[in-house]
Amino acid sequence: MPADNDSLLADDHRAFEAGLDALEAPAPAPRPGPGKVFVRSVLPPIVAVAAFITLWQLAYSAGIKPSYALPSPLDVFHTFGQTVRDGRAWEAVSISVSRGVEGFAASVVVGTMLGLAMWQSRWLRAAVGPFVSGLQSLPSIAWVPAAIIWFGLSDAAIYTVVLLGAVPSIANGLLAGFDQVPPLLDKVGRVLGLGTVGRIRHVLLPAALPGYLAGLKQGWAFSWRSLMGAELITYSPVLGLGLGQLLDVGRELNAMDLVIASIALILFVGVAIELLVFAPMERSVLRARGLTVARSR
Amino acid sequence: MASPTVSPAQAPQIATRASSVRIMQLVQVFEHDRPPVLDRIDLDVAPGEFVCLLGASGCGKSTLLSLIAGLAAPTSGSVDVTVGRPALMFQEPALLPWLTAAGNVELALKARGVGRRKRAADAEQLLGLVNLAGQGRKRVHELSGGMRQRVALARALAQDSRLLLMDEPFAALDAITRDALHEELVRLWSEQQLSIVFVTHNVREAVRLGQRVLLMSSRPGRIVREWQVELSQPRAIESPGVSALATEITHHLRAEISRHAR
Repeated sequence: MPADNDSLLADDHRAFEAGLDALEAPAPAPRPGPGKVFVRSVLPPIVAVAAFITLWQLAYSAGIKPSYALPSPLDVFHTFGQTVRDGRAWEAVSISVSRGVEGFAASVVVGTMLGLAMWQSRWLRAAVGPFVSGLQSLPSIAWVPAAIIWFGLSDAAIYTVVLLGAVPSIANGLLAGFDQVPPLLDKVGRVLGLGTVGRIRHVLLPAALPGYLAGLKQGWAFSWRSLMGAELITYSPVLGLGLGQLLDVGRELNAMDLVIASIALILFVGVAIELLVFAPMERSVLRARGLTVARSR
Repeated sequence: MASPTVSPAQAPQIATRASSVRIMQLVQVFEHDRPPVLDRIDLDVAPGEFVCLLGASGCGKSTLLSLIAGLAAPTSGSVDVTVGRPALMFQEPALLPWLTAAGNVELALKARGVGRRKRAADAEQLLGLVNLAGQGRKRVHELSGGMRQRVALARALAQDSRLLLMDEPFAALDAITRDALHEELVRLWSEQQLSIVFVTHNVREAVRLGQRVLLMSSRPGRIVREWQVELSQPRAIESPGVSALATEITHHLRAEISRHAR
């Protein structure tokens, strides 16, 4: 009976192929348990911070610097607590973060448009590409004097510096993302019959996402840095007291404890935004594509 | 045992039957001071026919597929595809890595204008056709090479085209997996009544799969010989019939390549 024979053959083939699949499909990487995550990722930085504070305390106790220049960790902790209690810390953080977020949002818009324009026009890219890359390595604090001359001691001056710091990274990140899209994927889009808009929406943009995200992340780091530089220099009573300005108050008062507390706050905010916003985005994008490098052990 | 018949290089024939693809006097030149990549190609693929294009590197077989797929325009001559937009598979699966297996298949359905609800059901059914039922939620990186190429095959089938163009689709797979995919492809070809143009440089693969094997020369790319493979499917790649014809074709292929020695 040929029909039976055929279906037997088909079953045979199905079993053969299923066996191959089971043997050849890559085994999913086991997810580490919470205990392992703690030991591997959470504990090491805690140990490092504890070691750092111990060294600091030892240096203080040994008196290698006078205590106004090198206060004890406890002094700094007290000052820190005080700035938190009297509201200065929250005020500074909220002013700086809102400036940072606004400046970054504007940078994303401008940087993305610039990146798209440079990608669209070979000529534009050849013309301004080197300058954009050059700007990326120019410390944007170099723009502060110019910005003050143009805009005075105002928010506009601060935002100018932030934009000049972040826009090049974002534009270049987007370009790098586009450049890394394999031409074959665009060909697939054409074979499937997607039009230009469909290919941009379904192929090009998602394919460029990892590069774009890396650009955004670097753009945020640059805008935060630029913002701190700008705040440090453009001190004026009409401007709110941001973290950079708080730092400058510490310098004027020769209060090293306030200086260190401000630096710690700046660091916390930068790390917190990296950990809470960019790291999870990047991880989910990379994990979906199987691009996370499995760490050994 | 059926003995393969050999016919000489084809003169342009006036085809009277309907065909899926009709190529006439096709020439493709990339650089004017060099021989054409494709030179006066005539090819007629009947509905439901499985044609294998065989040739060494540089014979323009991939270019020919691109022209049939409409990804480029020929320098002169004509390509008529009568069955709508052809599906095309590459050597790499070329799956979109940010989508799941089902997502890749669904994109082809979406491009065809299939509604959202129907897409999910259709994709699952198409994955079933390539023995990947229930694996639709897997990401591309969670699949083996053979599974990826089967998802690509399901995506090609999702285009619902009567014509499937394949550009060395199994060249990067190991022999066992390739064997499984040969079986799969022949089954789908007869079930779905597809016309297939399959490009390869593997002689046995061409004889294993095709009803007709065309040998192409390189620089310029021409169709120089053609064989009808009159062995019944399913054939095994190691069967004596396949071996005998493959030996003969290999002889001609080697002679063709030797012409380029200087």
